[in-house]
Amino acid sequence: MRHILSILVENEPGVLSRVVGLFSGRGFNIESLNVAPTLEENVSHMTISTSGDDRIIEQIIKQLRKLITVIKVVDLTEMESVDREMVLVKISAEGTKRAEILRIADIFRCKVVDVGMSELTLEITGDRGKVRPIITLLQRFGIKEFARTGPVSMRRSMQLEDLV
Amino acid sequence: MLLTGAQILLESLCREGVDTVFGFPGGAVIDIYDELPRYEKLRHVLVRHEQGAVHAADGYARASGKVGVSLVTSGPGATNTVTGIATAYMDSIPLVVFTGQVPTSLIGNDAFQEADIVGITRSCTKHNYLVTDVKDLARTIKQAFYIARTGRPGPVVVDLPKDVMQAKTRYAYPETISMRSYNPNYTPNLKQMHKVVDLLKKAKKPLIFAGGGVVLANASEELTWLARALSVPVTSTLMGLGVFPGNDPLWLGMVGMHGTYAANMAMDSADLLISVGARFDDRVTGKLSSFAKQAKIVHIDIDPTTIRKNVSVNVPIVADCKTALLALREDLSEDLHKTSWEEKHGSWLDKLRGWEESHPMSYPTEGDSIKPQQVVEKIYEISGGDAIISTEVGQNQMWAAQFFRYLRPRTLLTSGGLGTMGYGLPAAIGAQVAFPDKLVVDIAGDGSIQMNIQEMATAVSYGLPVKIVILNNGYLGMVRQWQELFYSRNYCSTCLHTSPDFVALAKAYGAEGIRIQKQEELVPLLTRAFKTPGPVIVDVVVEPEANVYPMVPAGASLSEMLLV
Repeated sequence: MRHILSILVENEPGVLSRVVGLFSGRGFNIESLNVAPTLEENVSHMTISTSGDDRIIEQIIKQLRKLITVIKVVDLTEMESVDREMVLVKISAEGTKRAEILRIADIFRCKVVDVGMSELTLEITGDRGKVRPIITLLQRFGIKEFARTGPVSMRRSMQLEDLV
Repeated sequence: MLLTGAQILLESLCREGVDTVFGFPGGAVIDIYDELPRYEKLRHVLVRHEQGAVHAADGYARASGKVGVSLVTSGPGATNTVTGIATAYMDSIPLVVFTGQVPTSLIGNDAFQEADIVGITRSCTKHNYLVTDVKDLARTIKQAFYIARTGRPGPVVVDLPKDVMQAKTRYAYPETISMRSYNPNYTPNLKQMHKVVDLLKKAKKPLIFAGGGVVLANASEELTWLARALSVPVTSTLMGLGVFPGNDPLWLGMVGMHGTYAANMAMDSADLLISVGARFDDRVTGKLSSFAKQAKIVHIDIDPTTIRKNVSVNVPIVADCKTALLALREDLSEDLHKTSWEEKHGSWLDKLRGWEESHPMSYPTEGDSIKPQQVVEKIYEISGGDAIISTEVGQNQMWAAQFFRYLRPRTLLTSGGLGTMGYGLPAAIGAQVAFPDKLVVDIAGDGSIQMNIQEMATAVSYGLPVKIVILNNGYLGMVRQWQELFYSRNYCSTCLHTSPDFVALAKAYGAEGIRIQKQEELVPLLTRAFKTPGPVIVDVVVEPEANVYPMVPAGASLSEMLLV
């Protein structure tokens, strides 16, 4: 099962390599990884999307916590969370195809961020449930270039259990 | 007052209470060596290979309980330490390894003797540092020692660029330390401890299973109390040997691939397993699906990652072994005298004694050849168990584990996790530095000893009276044993046709050399060797194809032992 881990780390040289080395060295999966500084000086935030059974996920979390430069690890899969990722996709868009692509973009609230003579670049933002169908729909026009951030996630303020 | 980086390093070592540094100089650390003679409190032991420096610091740490320190140069000096560091990491030994580095302006330029040692050792250190500013140096050293010895101990590398060693700054060694991302937990959850008491009260066939964590936490006394007070039998991993007296009636011997029949059968039949400071390594568990299948398992360990890593447990307790055992003792105080524990466990103990009697540790004795197991027994008898034993890796290591009775913790120094051949001699040197008056014996094989034989020069030059007993069978014996048993006797590359004359070699190094070829020479010549003041190599020609038994084949259950 896919898990999204939210990790706070000391922002110092080699910290990314420690985290990534842990995954490769112990045979864990990384589906995607995101890292950027936070508002707090010297602290970075990582979002790792990984997969494995319960025992593996437990090991991943414990092993991450064991790293000296890791401050906090939260498994967002265990709670209600907001997930977003961004995709930039360049699609061949000649003649009548152009109008159809723009309609799809409109339906899914994507932005056109660049236009060429025979191609369009769209920005798609959303969770997996949105990104996947758009990409499937766009594939038949011919995708020329594709860049994807992987998800960033945050715990929702109101958790289901609080509401019951 | 302004101090150079080199001076700050050496001052800080003194502040950490370091008295010995095992090292080897080179261009990148020459500034440190230039200052070293001024620090009389620091004894530098010059080894002959950087791997030896780290193993010696490791042996020093294991024997003394202090943090071991080594100092090497950049590039090859640093890469040569990797096996030593990985050895310490696998066995959780506290070390701080200082490596030289090229000047910061040259880092990344493929400079002469440059290696990215921080990158290389990331996966085999507890933590590592590259110091790029002399102002960070004192704090980094403080953190390095703190990380090495606290929590689950381990090796820490501190990489020191040459210009940082030359740069000057105001020196103040930090008094305190606080790291928001590193706060090891020592105290157990008391609710979990109550569960252990309940399980102990109900259990009919309890077993204590001790690991290296008991040594690291200095919890041998508490463990011994628990076993004796409740009449619970004890087994241990290789790393746990010595935490419970090997001559106590409750002692079953080591468990696992080459464990005793009684210990392995006890593991298979126990209804309660109290694991203290062990990590359920594959050499201990055998086939996981049938491991301790009748037992409720209590797992006490300071490192949360070891819990549920290999084995599902009923009561996980993340805590320091000593603190947890003291809490358990406290918790037991009410029930201690309400129950006759000896009576409650009587039939279980009888059963175990039955297994011990039907399948004692033994070996074939026919023929005139000296049996390697017999050599280890004689070392025990001659020393009365009052010795520090180091081992190499292979058959010599297993016989040393099986046939010497360890009476106290920190008396067996062996590479359990990584299984590093060539560990024993430098580790013995480190232990001898820590305990100059103790008998320190390296039980070696003719293969392993050659992996760090150059350290004979270290032993001789410092007059360290280590005794190296080579069980010389002319083979890489453990691999040969596997080839014999599982690979149709295809002895590919395990026959050592051209070993040196170890007696002549000892003499060439300036040490004493003794060869033992006959049964009747064994005791008198070993005795003579142990009484000889300086380092001695004892080359014992043993039965060439002796095997280590019992043996649980890889992947089999503990109860499926091959016996003598």
